[in-house]
Amino acid sequence: MSDHEENRETDAHSGTETTGHEWDGIKELDTPLPRWWLYTFYACVVIGVVYMVFLPAIPALPGLSGSGSDHTRGLSNNSERANVAAAMLDLEASRAEGFERLRGTSIDAIEDDPDLLGFVRAAGDAAFGNYCSTCHGSGAQGFVGYPNLNDDVWLWGGSYDEIRNTIRYGVRSEHLDTHFSQMPAYGRDGLLTRSEIGDVADYVLSLSGQDRPADAIARGGATYASQCVSCHMADATGDRSQGAPNLIDQDWLYGGTREQVIATIYRGPYGVMPAWEGRLNDTTIDALAAYVYLLGGGEAAASSPTGQ
Amino acid sequence: MQSPQTLTRSGLDFSTVIVLLITVLGALWALFAAAFAPDAAMKGQSWLILGGFLTGLLLLVGSVTSGGVETDEREYNENLVKAGVIASLFWAAAGLLVGVIIAFQLAFPILNIEDWGFTSFGRLRPLHTSAVIFAFGGNVLIATSFYVVQRTCRTRIAGGIWPWFVFWGYQFFIVMAASGYLVGITQSREYAEPEWYADIWLTLVWVAYLLVFLGTLWKRKEPHIYVANWFYLAFIVTIAMLHIINNLAVPVSFFGSHSYSLFSGVQDALTQWWYGHNAVGFFLTAGFLGIMYYFIPKRVNRPVYSYRLSIIHFWSLIFIYIWAGPHHLHYTALPEWAQTLGMAFSIMLWMPSWGGMINGLMTLSGAWDKLRTDPVVRMLVISVAFYGMSTFEGPVMSIRAVNALSHYTDWTVGHVHSGALGWVGFVSFGALYCLVPWLWKKAGMYSKALVDWHFWIATFGILLYITSMWVAGIMQGLMWRAYNSLGFLEYSFVETVEAMHISYIIRAVGGLLYLAGALIMIYNVYRTIRSDVTEADESVSPQPAQIPA
Repeated sequence: MSDHEENRETDAHSGTETTGHEWDGIKELDTPLPRWWLYTFYACVVIGVVYMVFLPAIPALPGLSGSGSDHTRGLSNNSERANVAAAMLDLEASRAEGFERLRGTSIDAIEDDPDLLGFVRAAGDAAFGNYCSTCHGSGAQGFVGYPNLNDDVWLWGGSYDEIRNTIRYGVRSEHLDTHFSQMPAYGRDGLLTRSEIGDVADYVLSLSGQDRPADAIARGGATYASQCVSCHMADATGDRSQGAPNLIDQDWLYGGTREQVIATIYRGPYGVMPAWEGRLNDTTIDALAAYVYLLGGGEAAASSPTGQ
Repeated sequence: MQSPQTLTRSGLDFSTVIVLLITVLGALWALFAAAFAPDAAMKGQSWLILGGFLTGLLLLVGSVTSGGVETDEREYNENLVKAGVIASLFWAAAGLLVGVIIAFQLAFPILNIEDWGFTSFGRLRPLHTSAVIFAFGGNVLIATSFYVVQRTCRTRIAGGIWPWFVFWGYQFFIVMAASGYLVGITQSREYAEPEWYADIWLTLVWVAYLLVFLGTLWKRKEPHIYVANWFYLAFIVTIAMLHIINNLAVPVSFFGSHSYSLFSGVQDALTQWWYGHNAVGFFLTAGFLGIMYYFIPKRVNRPVYSYRLSIIHFWSLIFIYIWAGPHHLHYTALPEWAQTLGMAFSIMLWMPSWGGMINGLMTLSGAWDKLRTDPVVRMLVISVAFYGMSTFEGPVMSIRAVNALSHYTDWTVGHVHSGALGWVGFVSFGALYCLVPWLWKKAGMYSKALVDWHFWIATFGILLYITSMWVAGIMQGLMWRAYNSLGFLEYSFVETVEAMHISYIIRAVGGLLYLAGALIMIYNVYRTIRSDVTEADESVSPQPAQIPA
């Protein structure tokens, strides 16, 4: 250090000596470490050590992990995995009573029990937001191709049991008990010509009171009678056992403009909803079914069993 | 120290032959890849790589036929630094622009154009992070380190052609990596997305960088090594180590783009975050502290506040930083003991980080009035203030209980940007504002007022950015954990996304302002270089290229 000792000088502003080094005009003051900095540094080291004493911080040596844990647990005997498991158990316990009461309860009984009703709405809302809103919308309003669940239009039935079955087994899902049907792709597969499809579209639109050319309606009606009645029925009110929509109302799953109806007939939609059985537990599915039912369009139980 | 010849030309010397060989081999590999690459993306990439190597070959042949690289031991190599300054500004504009685009994409998802895959957020996001960190930040670090190491060692940069190989090789790496992202080539490792072939190229470039830097230190004419160079060296050495280990991978084929990491499962995750955290620690902290330690005392013409503090905080910073990575993996499959260690070391890291802040700020004592008169000093000082803020925020966020709220939220994004825009960006801009008049021998910048505008617009942009992300992130974290009285989640995920929409817009506007500031700077630098400087700036003292005896 002797080579620069003689270059030390006192800085006029701070009164501190420089170190005597100089690089490209830059000098350094020989200021001692700020005390507050040093003591805070020490304190942080102490806090770090305290953490390591109280929390798991040291791995077991190889071969010494037989005690069920591969590291020390610290004085607090902490395990985040155990903490999470305990918190999940607590949470499940807090919901258990509600789910227990929901199990096997009819929708009428749910509606008559304000506590249970509140529980179902909370449970259903949480599950709906996480699992259903991606397709059906956060307000259950639906999108083109994804049914609106707030109205009373149902493809596969609107009773509590029917809704529950739809959720459980899905639509055209991989579940063995899934709802299944398939509308032919009349255009893509060459079953009808483009002009025939246009006429059918005109006929279908006329059913819900739209003004279409009379000759087109007549031609379309004839095609409808030969191609469409088996699913959509002669009166065009649809068939819930096949998921075939009612065509005389104002509600359109795939859009109600002439172009959209033509496109629907042309390609034969194949809308899919996953089966939730196995992914959600039964009581959550119950809660979801009740929640959807209570959105406004739920129907009294159907007289004949449907849904398979 | 002994220089029998002061002015030499390299001609076709050993180094030039090696660089030629590397270029020819690279071109050959690219040619074969163009023919045999198993994936379409790599086929396209290989033509670009071939083009890069052939351009390099042309430049080399041109250089050799005109006598090779000229080395004048009486002068500092300033052309090298000038090239770095221009590259830095170019990449700043590119990287910030992509940042603004993806910020608007988050607010308005329609901006992910469906038919153009390269516009999707998933591809543009690594383009943004790599462009700002490695292209902009990396070029600033290379340029300033080449400047500072020469000046503080009082010697010309070592290595003849090699520093140029480092500069151009690094630009080539950036183009290789960035174009790969756009066509979907990625390792999916955050901040280490480039695939194996680009990684190998960067390794070559980086080792050359290390050797050039060490060679310059070796032939220094000063008895001691200045503190800025300690930080630069720590940055270069550690990045080499991090880069190589985190990118250990087995390519699927010799000409294909894809590879598999040598590590798997949680070991892979920890390797990645050991890398990721220390990329922050040694690239974005140590490297830029090197910048601070030269440019602040130089600009304000005051001695560094405390030599002792610089020693203690340097060694404590580099010793402690390397352990803090596991705090990125709280509440994951990472064993809890490793999480605790990462957290404990992060807390211990607070004061070592602040040592740099104290030395930066207190160097101004006796020159505080310059904050009023010199916008460049203001920029440098605000950068150090942001450095102090984010290095306090970091340890706080690393505490597991805090992390439970902040992790995976936009709070993290805000934290990163207070460091990136506030600290890294401003200290870089400050250094570049110093360098431009020094290098191009001007009496000052073209417009001091524009520097001031840059400062205020960008500062306002940063404030919008980080406050909106604090609000968004903390709200997001609180919404995720909110349960109602019946034990069910209060909010669905999509409701939390919806709630952040306004914050996302504010953030995008903040980013836009920051970009605007950078564009103002580019205009100002352009006018300065074009010799439109009208008035002398008394804070700019001339820095002659001649090396003092």
